[in-house]
Amino acid sequence: MSDFFTLALLTAVLRTATPLVFAAMGGLISERAGVMNIALEGLMLTGAFFAVAGTHWTGSPWLGLIIGVFAASCGGLIHAIWCISLRGNQIVAGTAVNLIAAGITAFLVQMIWGRAGGSDSVERLPSVFGGVNILVIVGLVTVPLIHVFLFRTRQGLHMMAGGEHPQAAESVGINVTLNRYAAVIASGALAGLGGAFLSIGNLSYFTLDMTAGRGFIALAAVIFGGWTPYGAFGAALLFGAAEAVQIRAQATPGFPISTDLLVAFPYILTLIAVTGLVRSSTPPAGLGKHASAH
Amino acid sequence: MTARSSGAIINIVGSILAIVVALLIGAIVIIASGHNPWEAYQALFEGALGTRRGRAETLVYSAPLLLGGLAFAVAARAGMFNIGIEGQLIVGGFAAALIGATDIGVPGPIHMAIAIVAAFLAGGIWGFIPGILRATTGAHEVITTIMFNYLAIRMITYLIQKRSDWLPVDPQIQGTDKVLPDARLPILLDATRLHAGVVIAAGAAIVIWILLFKTTFGFKLRTVGLSEGASRYGGIRWGMTLALAMGIAGGLAGLAGAGESLGLHGRHSSSPPGLGFTAIAVGLVGRNHPIGVIFSAVLFGMLSAGSPSMQASSGVSKEIVLVLQGLVILAVAAFEAINRMPFIRKLVTPARPGQGDRASEIGMSPEIEPRPSPPVL
Repeated sequence: MSDFFTLALLTAVLRTATPLVFAAMGGLISERAGVMNIALEGLMLTGAFFAVAGTHWTGSPWLGLIIGVFAASCGGLIHAIWCISLRGNQIVAGTAVNLIAAGITAFLVQMIWGRAGGSDSVERLPSVFGGVNILVIVGLVTVPLIHVFLFRTRQGLHMMAGGEHPQAAESVGINVTLNRYAAVIASGALAGLGGAFLSIGNLSYFTLDMTAGRGFIALAAVIFGGWTPYGAFGAALLFGAAEAVQIRAQATPGFPISTDLLVAFPYILTLIAVTGLVRSSTPPAGLGKHASAH
Repeated sequence: MTARSSGAIINIVGSILAIVVALLIGAIVIIASGHNPWEAYQALFEGALGTRRGRAETLVYSAPLLLGGLAFAVAARAGMFNIGIEGQLIVGGFAAALIGATDIGVPGPIHMAIAIVAAFLAGGIWGFIPGILRATTGAHEVITTIMFNYLAIRMITYLIQKRSDWLPVDPQIQGTDKVLPDARLPILLDATRLHAGVVIAAGAAIVIWILLFKTTFGFKLRTVGLSEGASRYGGIRWGMTLALAMGIAGGLAGLAGAGESLGLHGRHSSSPPGLGFTAIAVGLVGRNHPIGVIFSAVLFGMLSAGSPSMQASSGVSKEIVLVLQGLVILAVAAFEAINRMPFIRKLVTPARPGQGDRASEIGMSPEIEPRPSPPVL
């Protein structure tokens, strides 16, 4: 039991939390700007796939990473067009993006590698300091950067103003539409980084539906973290820890806590958070609301 | 032409155009992948409709999609975005399989009926809880239903793997035991997989149509969806109506699960991934109207039933169908946007304020129904 909580567990937690951290930061920035982004799941999957495909085409995991992030940003752009310019329902658009991402990645896997389940192995992104992948470090740095951007820069404050009260923000000359586009595209890029970590950081291949609901858990982390970068980061770590402990507990006979309870932990915590039973978690006031009525 | 019928025509034309646009964009994807889209689509529809077996398969796929589409539609009519169909379906299918696999000492048809009712109740509870949470705490149903999807998956995985001591489940095959023959939904056509689930689905569509448009409860439900303020002002119990709508929606999804486990598979095993999400597309394309949902369920059933033979004969991967489903949703949303443009509105519908209510945001033009007039005092 004593050797259960080791440095290896800590790196395992970081490994399971990193995709959640990236996607949660993406979800956070999008929601703060006023656009609900349940497309995170599909955007992560897009990033995961195109990172592998890009590595396969170019031979370089770095170029693969760029291609993956770019593809996920394009997915974010589609979500943005439907949510912002076409003023469609943001949940409907997100559902569509998720379906298309699941379909197009499976379609392309079949086309490129000629089989159904997943891709061949490609080269991984390098690891630094004894086995910690470079994207883990990038993820840790992203959180304070997002915090500073949102709360310490004019651009970030404008972006959040558009999420709190779009009409008021427009009335003082803030371009809410532009800010929301930027936020949702950035959200796609961040979710794509999270997906790329799964496929070419943690592993070295793509399998169908490899994100397995992590986009939704990331969204839950945003909510449980009270729509703040550090809060969402903490929630992502907590949820990642639940997964990491569960994986290790399965290999540890006689572990006292039911592992099935552990994997359900993020969902139950999120339910408690959104129902406000323990602490209130208030979304941006303008979330899901369209800007001025054209 | 009345506003109501012109609105319905716009919705029908919009849905058909959306399907055409999705097929055209899908054709571009197929061309880009180096195949002939005409051959692919021909093989797809040939596979779905060309043979007796194909037509039966179309109905096999349509049945859960129809029930799932209704589950989306009923909730949407009450202004709720039911993204938890997947979880409600799994819970219902699991409950039906548990009852079906246990010998409870009653005659066959009653055994089957109890299993079906159990599925409705289990799915209904899975929908009702997010509904009541929304009504009492304001917790957004999109988040809670997503969480309930995963809770359903985790709970059932746990029960199957750890509770084989008191449940008829088998951890080896990761499913329940086989449903006893007397609780199985009967096969309707020899040498096909077409089971009586399709009858349940069609019956549910009729019942829901009556419920929504011919009963007081249906009127209350739709009023709740159009405006919380108006419904409260009219003396309707907003929260309870909304929660009941979610309960009925969950129950319908549970019935879809019952059809899968009592009819198609004969046990609860993992359902096709994303059936609950395809059901959202079915509801949206059917404009959340039971009749529309029937047509869109058959259409999506055709896509699923025909895709294997498309892959076999034209080489186009059958996953293109998922892309098509997503494209149809985007196209429906785009036509909604066009329909909202001021000059189009003037052209095709008499002016009526229709912005800001929740039901109209969930893929329905408000024109499909006249808005409820305020109560006469």
